[in-house]
Amino acid sequence: MRFARLFSGLLVSAVTTLATTGACAADVTVRLLHIDQSPAVNAFYNDIARRFESSRPGVKVEIQSLENESFKKKVTTLLQSPEKPNILYSWGGGVLREQVKAGVLQDLSGPMNAQWKDRFLPAAVQAYDVDGKLYGVPLRMSVVGFFYNKDLFAKAGVDGNTIKTWDDLLAGVKKLQAAGITPLVVGGGDKWPLSLYWSHLTMRTGGKPALDSAMRGEGKGFASDPFVRSGELFKQLVDLKPFQAGFLAANNSQASGQFGDGKAAMILTLNVVLNIMKDNAADKQGLPDDKIGWLPFPTVAGGKGNPGDVMGNLNGWIVTKDSPKETVDFLRFFSEADNQRLAAERGLYIPPVTESMKAVSRPLLQQTLQSVKHAQVVQVGFDQALGPLAGAVFNDMASNLAAGRTSPADAANAIQQAWRRAGLN
Amino acid sequence: MSDTTTPAGTTSAASPRSWSAPRRRSARDSGNTAVAWLFLPPALLLFTIFVVVPMGEAVWYSVFKWNGYGVPTQFVGTLNFELLFEDPVFRLSLFNNVLVILATLLIQLPLALGLAVLLVDRVPLTTTFRLIFFLPYILAEVAAGLIWRFVYDGDYGLFAKLWEMFGAVGPHVLAEPDMAIYAVLAVSVWKYFGFYMILYIAGLQQIDRSLYEAARIDGASRWQVFSRITMPLLGSTVRLTIFFAILSSIQKFDLIMALTGGGPNDSTQTMVSFLYSYGLTRMDIGFGSAVGVVLFAMCVAFAFGYKRTVMRHD
Repeated sequence: MRFARLFSGLLVSAVTTLATTGACAADVTVRLLHIDQSPAVNAFYNDIARRFESSRPGVKVEIQSLENESFKKKVTTLLQSPEKPNILYSWGGGVLREQVKAGVLQDLSGPMNAQWKDRFLPAAVQAYDVDGKLYGVPLRMSVVGFFYNKDLFAKAGVDGNTIKTWDDLLAGVKKLQAAGITPLVVGGGDKWPLSLYWSHLTMRTGGKPALDSAMRGEGKGFASDPFVRSGELFKQLVDLKPFQAGFLAANNSQASGQFGDGKAAMILTLNVVLNIMKDNAADKQGLPDDKIGWLPFPTVAGGKGNPGDVMGNLNGWIVTKDSPKETVDFLRFFSEADNQRLAAERGLYIPPVTESMKAVSRPLLQQTLQSVKHAQVVQVGFDQALGPLAGAVFNDMASNLAAGRTSPADAANAIQQAWRRAGLN
Repeated sequence: MSDTTTPAGTTSAASPRSWSAPRRRSARDSGNTAVAWLFLPPALLLFTIFVVVPMGEAVWYSVFKWNGYGVPTQFVGTLNFELLFEDPVFRLSLFNNVLVILATLLIQLPLALGLAVLLVDRVPLTTTFRLIFFLPYILAEVAAGLIWRFVYDGDYGLFAKLWEMFGAVGPHVLAEPDMAIYAVLAVSVWKYFGFYMILYIAGLQQIDRSLYEAARIDGASRWQVFSRITMPLLGSTVRLTIFFAILSSIQKFDLIMALTGGGPNDSTQTMVSFLYSYGLTRMDIGFGSAVGVVLFAMCVAFAFGYKRTVMRHD
């Protein structure tokens, strides 16, 4: 395996050396790999790259993208190849920790601590802190919440603004079902969309302290009460059979498209769903913004978690070891408030740059942004936080709970076992 | 004893003549040997680099806990294997592989043989039917998987429309943990029966037609012709197809990934898809290598065992 990699690496480098020496005379090339398939976002990234190049003669910025799932599967090998990109998309969390431990990333504490980090929302910087060192530059923020179809809610006589608690949500689901409407769509085949229910409920039952103490291995860890309790609450929802037919095989793109087609009333997901919905709806438009409502994840009676806390993605750029210093220069330029303001204005995503965030004008995005302002904690997805091994088991178990193939106690135990195994090294 | 030594005796008597008689080796023979020595290293080198070394590495990795970064350092002995045999999903994968083998042996091969017998004679339309039955084999597995994903789709698929015709709501076949594996088996049978049919037709065409004529003159029934003439003379082809079928069943992967990705809830996982999802995508390379080692051992044991016993005269 190692030999094969070495060989293909040599081949690739030989070919690219030939190609680059022939094609252009740039002195330094900064290569970036991200996952966004949206044409608007790609155009936006490329525009920034071209402007950076024109201000820095001799520097070339190459931007490429890979689809989400392929990216995640390729990144380990890629990071060890001689042809690795300089800048990579990241989710932070346990995967980042393993990369740092492997010594393949560049420590950005120096430049970041020199005022650069002050541009960003502290939570976004925090997400790239591994043992006191900073390894990432915040890029975008996406918040988890329920997006709902206002027309379908009206038809069933449900008022979105009154859904505050988990019981309210369950009552709403029943009302929708009584009106013959599928309450929820979910991309269960991808598993992580289902894990959002269980993890967000845990943020309500036990909150960040419960997660932290489980990660430190205290007490019963992931088999402790807050995790079992949240599993039970999730099961209350599952028992109502609220999801679309065939939800266990659907992926997130399909589910987002179905929401856009008006096939179901709600979807629990990140706010990037607005882009995904558009690409996957039957008419390539989906629901217009004024037909969509947003509600933050409901609270849980007697829960110890802070009711205002949110879950979300805090994506960032990580830099591979031995990259040229122009890499950091480019990222500094990229994250300038004036540049990120454009992303906010165009409604492409929410940049965690405090100055630029003010320019978010799309009301739906603004609403999700408000919820972040009231949160004490912005928790990244448990599958990312727990790392590749235990995180995947978390997703498996969420999916098994949703399929009724395991009990909350057994599911919580399985996470605890996986966490112990992952912590072996 | 004296009876059993006879075949061995003949081979050992034959071998000195062909191998170890240096006096009788002609100039041309030694030239051939020189050429062989000249051509061997490149092939041997490639084989070593791309087959032997990776296999050895997999065995090496399988006794480490390793996430794929750098060099494995954390020796865990047989822990990966212990975890593997305890793993309910791995057991389910094994069971699914057994299902694939059963479907192949009990449905696919008999179906292929039956069609081959029907289509072996050159009468009008047989070539057309042969072509139609062979077509699925030409498709790439991933393409076939994606096509069948659409067919099985519970909202828009052909399957759903068929149910609708009868006024019923069809199931989402690939989303039902108890049903999905059978849907996968059906596609697997559909995809490969044509290939085995062609092999059988080729085998049938080798059989001397005069035997059939003689049987007909003697008044043999169709079943007698099939069981007394066709089957015995097709034996080596049947044994070979069983060999291929079982090996490819153990290695079933592409179709699974394209159709279900091993889901829903791991219900369609096979050993190789298990290796991929639980070893590679979870950065648990040591564990994945242990799966690979077990898989390799099973394939080797089967291949040698089968060749030594069932195919020893072929």
